[in-house]
Amino acid sequence: MVLSIGVIYSLPNLYPAKPAIQIAYTDSGKSADQILLNQVKDILEDQSTGVESVGLKDNNIIAKFNSFDDQLAGKAALQKILLDEAIIALNLEPSTPQWLRNIGAGPLKLGLDLSGGVHFLLEVDIDSALDNRLESLLNEYRKKFRDDRINVESSRKDNKDLIFSFPSDEDYNKALKIFSEDNITPLGTPLFDLRPSSVRNLVELAYSQSAIKEIRDYAVGQNLMTLRNRVNELGVSEPIVQRQGSSRIVVQLPGVQDTTAAKKIIGKTANLEFRLEAASTTSRLRKEEFDWQDERMGSAFLEKNIIVAGERVTNASSGFDESGFAQVNITLDMQGGRAMQKATNGNIGRRLGVLFVEQKNKSVLAKDADGNDVIEQTSYIEKEIISLATVQAVLGTAFRITGVGSPQEASELALLLRAGALAAPMKFVEERTVGPSLGKENIELGVRSIIIGLLSVIAFMLFYYRWFGFAANIALFANVILITGFMSLLGATLTLPGIAGIVLTIGMAVDANVLIFSRIREELKEGKDAQTAIQEGFARAFVTIIDANVTTLIASIVLYAIGTGPIKGFAITLSIGILTSMFTAILGTRAIVNLMYGNKNIEELRV
Amino acid sequence: MNFNIPFMNYRRYATIASLVLLILSIGSLGFKGLNLGLDFSGGTLIEVSYEEAADLIEIRDLMTNNGFDDFQVVNFGSNSDVLIKVADENGNSQLGDVIYKFLQDANPLTELKRIEFVGPQIGTELRDQGGLGMLVALGMILLYVAFRFQYKFALGAVAALAHDVIIIFGLFSLFSWDFDLTVLAALLAVIGYSLNDTIVVSDRIRENFRGERGFEPHEIVNRSINQTLSRTLITSLTTLLVLLALFFFGGDMIKGFSQALIIGVLIGTYSSIYVVANMLLGMSLTQDDLAIPEPEGAEFDDMP
Repeated sequence: MVLSIGVIYSLPNLYPAKPAIQIAYTDSGKSADQILLNQVKDILEDQSTGVESVGLKDNNIIAKFNSFDDQLAGKAALQKILLDEAIIALNLEPSTPQWLRNIGAGPLKLGLDLSGGVHFLLEVDIDSALDNRLESLLNEYRKKFRDDRINVESSRKDNKDLIFSFPSDEDYNKALKIFSEDNITPLGTPLFDLRPSSVRNLVELAYSQSAIKEIRDYAVGQNLMTLRNRVNELGVSEPIVQRQGSSRIVVQLPGVQDTTAAKKIIGKTANLEFRLEAASTTSRLRKEEFDWQDERMGSAFLEKNIIVAGERVTNASSGFDESGFAQVNITLDMQGGRAMQKATNGNIGRRLGVLFVEQKNKSVLAKDADGNDVIEQTSYIEKEIISLATVQAVLGTAFRITGVGSPQEASELALLLRAGALAAPMKFVEERTVGPSLGKENIELGVRSIIIGLLSVIAFMLFYYRWFGFAANIALFANVILITGFMSLLGATLTLPGIAGIVLTIGMAVDANVLIFSRIREELKEGKDAQTAIQEGFARAFVTIIDANVTTLIASIVLYAIGTGPIKGFAITLSIGILTSMFTAILGTRAIVNLMYGNKNIEELRV
Repeated sequence: MNFNIPFMNYRRYATIASLVLLILSIGSLGFKGLNLGLDFSGGTLIEVSYEEAADLIEIRDLMTNNGFDDFQVVNFGSNSDVLIKVADENGNSQLGDVIYKFLQDANPLTELKRIEFVGPQIGTELRDQGGLGMLVALGMILLYVAFRFQYKFALGAVAALAHDVIIIFGLFSLFSWDFDLTVLAALLAVIGYSLNDTIVVSDRIRENFRGERGFEPHEIVNRSINQTLSRTLITSLTTLLVLLALFFFGGDMIKGFSQALIIGVLIGTYSSIYVVANMLLGMSLTQDDLAIPEPEGAEFDDMP
């Protein structure tokens, strides 16, 4: 029963993956539809490429091909016509039959070391996000104390603390009151630790642990989202963008070959620019015309002078104003606030525009020297207006944009403002690139060593144990099938060390059988008859097998816990291998031995 | 096969041999240290392959001309494959791309096989995590064996494991083999494997201690080892068979892994015979230690 499940779930691995092309609209908001599907079909049929099937699948169009050459020809044909309208990615589609897919069976997922591709580990620089926040907090309080007529002797940022000192007890107490009023997050936890100092009228303020955690989560979450958007732009099938630990992000792009380009896109920063709207009297030389991102709005003239750029935005969120209309709250850092103050002073009533700046790639169909069609990639910078709002007062580090439409539009604007610059800078701390040829080579070598290992163990067992060896070999086969079946079922990823784990399991799996057989031998030597010897042998070896395997299991679980990527793959195959080999050795071999010798009166038993 | 080898008569020599190996290993680790692979040292590694045999001298010149000074250029697997390692303290993730670019400029047929970059802090973390993992694994196994057997067995088992692991570390240090993540994984697998052996032997020692009275402890231990010897050898042999297959046919990326395991299986087999038994006799295991009839054997007896 268990074995037949194993067989069924390992079956998909026998069907080779088919070369395919995945097509999606460049605009991520648009999912692939019938129109695009028909267009793709027409293009591929016109080119008479060896296309096998074209269909819709999860917002994408998947075209399967008979060969890799056809796949490349198909991609070239599609690219020539669709150009930038769609993202076209080379892909491998499993050709698992429908009935197997219906029960959730699919082929093993291959790790990057087998499929080829890139793995990046990025670290989010939380310290600088924290520094930015502290800077703007310092400015907020400076402004507030000025407004409330509280005298401040000095205020500065020292490492991760803000230090305020006041000339009199009165000012000090007033300030403390303001601090404690502010000292609560929306979650009800304290925002900062207030530490009154032994020096008179001096107070130190630092973000509380919970606030730091919130800032960190915010920064990482923000960067994660930005990265996802950028990775989508790359058109990779099945990318992984995941948070790892407290401040790291893993990006895995299977099948990507041009890592330089991938890195450029992942590392790029979209940006924002705040500019005043040009007055009708502004000279042509000092203004520029920009389109709205929302095409219906047309275009507008903005001044050439940039007041503040996106890296000065430390936070943006959507909310509601006093009368219940949606608004976007923006926080700038100190420098940004100062620039904004200077620019808006005396310009109340004029409109302030926000430009979204993005680096984009454009494909153009061109002819090369020999007159062949080639697709040239050029990158250009696109600037579009995302907001244009009237300045109501002199703005500082914190201000808001009202009249932004529906709450949903407000939150989209806030998202764009945040996505403009990453919430905190990131750097690459680990990168692994595996070329496609190496991946293929690794699979071949891995499979070859599995086969050679398996055959040599089988030969040895047959030679040494004869019929009992035969039983053990069948169990061994069953074991390999079960491992692949279970791995497919669990959706585990197969890596090169994972293959090594399978090989190792093959070697160690016979151990249980060897234990049982040598026990049977001993029982026979003690003069017991064949049936009793078999009975006793299995029973007495059982405890030993359990003890020996549990300890190995402990080691492999620890390995899983500490390991990353490929090593985890090894731990998984090893653990699964231990479990399945216990099962096949104890129950499987038993069943076979019973079939061979059960209920027979055996005169002589050779083990 | 029936064995009757007086193993325990040679235990003094075995002790000396083990001690010599251990001292050598620890000495080499102390003076020479491990040749840490990229995973632990941090830096950049790039593997490229050429159509024909690669000119290493030319590649070294290219590297020097492009301003690199702390690097290694070696053949990897075949003479048309080249592995370049660059030590870099600053964690510059662009190096791999830069190097591949000028290699390709020099020879357009250069094919990129892989680039690996590990930042300095990741290296340190993996190192700490790996060390911690080993200790945790040893600790948990100690507990399990102590719970299932008796603390003297647990100490014996862990001593055997530490013995194996230290000697493998020592050999990797002595011969300056690359110690990377896969080797660490192999070490943990060795722990599992060697333990497997140790438990089978211990299990038999326990059984014989309980079953038969009136024999000297070292006789019982000796008999137990002989009784399990054929199983120990066969399992080691089949495991070695697959590991050799992996070593010769599995490709260069897991050579270090199979190498560590092959050594581990050999030493693990030896240690399960000598180290554990020696420790048990050294701690003067008596029948009283195991006299209380523990029920664990019985409850499984009637299961298939």
